[in-house]
Amino acid sequence: MSPELSAVLRRKIDEIAARYPKREAALLPILHLVQREVGFISSDEERFVAQALGLKPIKVREVVTFYTMLLRRPVGKYHLQVCSNLSCSLLGAGPLLDYLKQKLGIEVGETTADGRFTLSTVECLGGCEQAPCMMVNSDYHGFLDRDKIDRILEGLV
Amino acid sequence: MAFWTGTRSTGSWKAWYRTLNEKVLTRHFGVEGLHRIDIYLKYGGYGAAEKALKKMTPSEVLEEVKKANLRGRGGAGFPAGVKWGFVPQNIPKPRYLCVNADEGEPGTFKDRYLMSHNPHLLLEGAIIASYAVGIHSAFIYIRGEYEAIALRLEEAIGEALGKGYLGEKILGTEFGLNVVVHRGAGAYICGEETALLESLEGKRGHPRLKPPFPASVGLFGCPTVINNVETLSNIPFIIQNGAEWFIRQGLPKDGGTRIFGVSGQVSKPGIYELPLGTRLRSIIFDHAGGMKDGKKLKAVIPGGMSAPILTADEIDLPMDFDSLVGAGSMLGSAAIIVIDEETSILDVLEAVAKFYSHESCGQCTPCRIGTSWINKIVRRLAAGQGEPGDIDTIVRLASNIKGKTLCPLGDAAALPILSICQKFRSELERYIPHA
Repeated sequence: MSPELSAVLRRKIDEIAARYPKREAALLPILHLVQREVGFISSDEERFVAQALGLKPIKVREVVTFYTMLLRRPVGKYHLQVCSNLSCSLLGAGPLLDYLKQKLGIEVGETTADGRFTLSTVECLGGCEQAPCMMVNSDYHGFLDRDKIDRILEGLV
Repeated sequence: MAFWTGTRSTGSWKAWYRTLNEKVLTRHFGVEGLHRIDIYLKYGGYGAAEKALKKMTPSEVLEEVKKANLRGRGGAGFPAGVKWGFVPQNIPKPRYLCVNADEGEPGTFKDRYLMSHNPHLLLEGAIIASYAVGIHSAFIYIRGEYEAIALRLEEAIGEALGKGYLGEKILGTEFGLNVVVHRGAGAYICGEETALLESLEGKRGHPRLKPPFPASVGLFGCPTVINNVETLSNIPFIIQNGAEWFIRQGLPKDGGTRIFGVSGQVSKPGIYELPLGTRLRSIIFDHAGGMKDGKKLKAVIPGGMSAPILTADEIDLPMDFDSLVGAGSMLGSAAIIVIDEETSILDVLEAVAKFYSHESCGQCTPCRIGTSWINKIVRRLAAGQGEPGDIDTIVRLASNIKGKTLCPLGDAAALPILSICQKFRSELERYIPHA
């Protein structure tokens, strides 16, 4: 992390921490913030956040490894997260996932060689009435079929 | 997001008009810009907060909510007024409100609609609840994936601060409230109230041993009220129209409407706000348009994935907390997942087993190990490598999770799995190759 970025982050961290009666309560929002800026949370970022909040690094590691949205490894520019829970499966999430694997030439958990796409499955996203659905980074896409997936991927540059 | 997605019934014009009039929470969802405070005020918004803060004492508000028999909309169905009443008023500690907007129960998406269409309604409910209990600091714990909605809530909080509905001296009274939006990060367990508190304190979402209950020892060790989004969104209507009116919208012991979220193999998946006690068959066939592609119904999960499954001939029952308990299931978050005859019950079991084995927080051994073993056996069945006795093993494992964990996730995993094994045993046995 560059000194400029860490200075900016420290200022934002203090701002966020001030909203809570105890500083450590700001840990999740701060990890979201760091992940947005850096892309993922490595042990360097864990130590940085621990220091900023006055925590032991292991406390931060415990949290980072518990929550699925916190990433410990880099992902592609576009992180495709396909819901594999019941309502989506009932409406064909399985075959659509196979279609994505074939189209991107990767398995679940992998990133394309050009670093553009990472494919993941996730549990229920709360978009069940628009099943099957997925998230691309933080955007929801519902009522998926092969054509719609083609259009979504074409729109990602 | 279309405003009217799935909220119109398919029956006659008269039936459609009637359902329109029955709506309370979603009544103005068609109004463009309802999420802005100006529009919300135009439709009478913050009128209930004004009434409560200026014309009622906190204990009058509490009594009215108790009388309304508003049962928690998150899943457990505990009466909200009673919960508020448990908070001690005579100890020198701050009290907190936590809004449970984690909405992780598979099949559930109603709170997403409530918060994105009408965030001020939730804030107004939070103001009234806080006034009744003597709370000056509230947190909205929203699931991490709802980032856009978290931003919308923050905008709404900003608007409410600007107009004097939040912050210090609300509406010129001595009452003040501060609201912070806090995003989770993808853990189903954080919808369990004590795991939510741990997560909000910056820790892993590991549920706490109860008692003490959060009402006495909650967030940062202080008395805390935890209410679901839909529960709080009902409060302004109870204050504005009275407890008796609220009970008339539903049932005497279960007041108000419920936002049923219908998904799966139905013609018109979506949210349907209907009186508590509406029959499950009617929700699926009259409101949600019946089965997708005219197929036959096989089974229904009536209250989110944690609810034991019902077969096609068990759907003539009223959807309220007590009726579903009587039928051996639960109303839970009122998320109805519809399954057609062409779906293999093994696929359903696989989704359930996979979910709970992924989401078990790992704290209690029966749940951590049990869900993982069940998932492995179900996967073996799905791969055509099942062995005689596998169904019995699944039943034994699930029975050993039930009632043996700190939090309800153990039961939430065991009960649907047991119900599937019991009601669809012969179909499951067919997946076991016979020697």
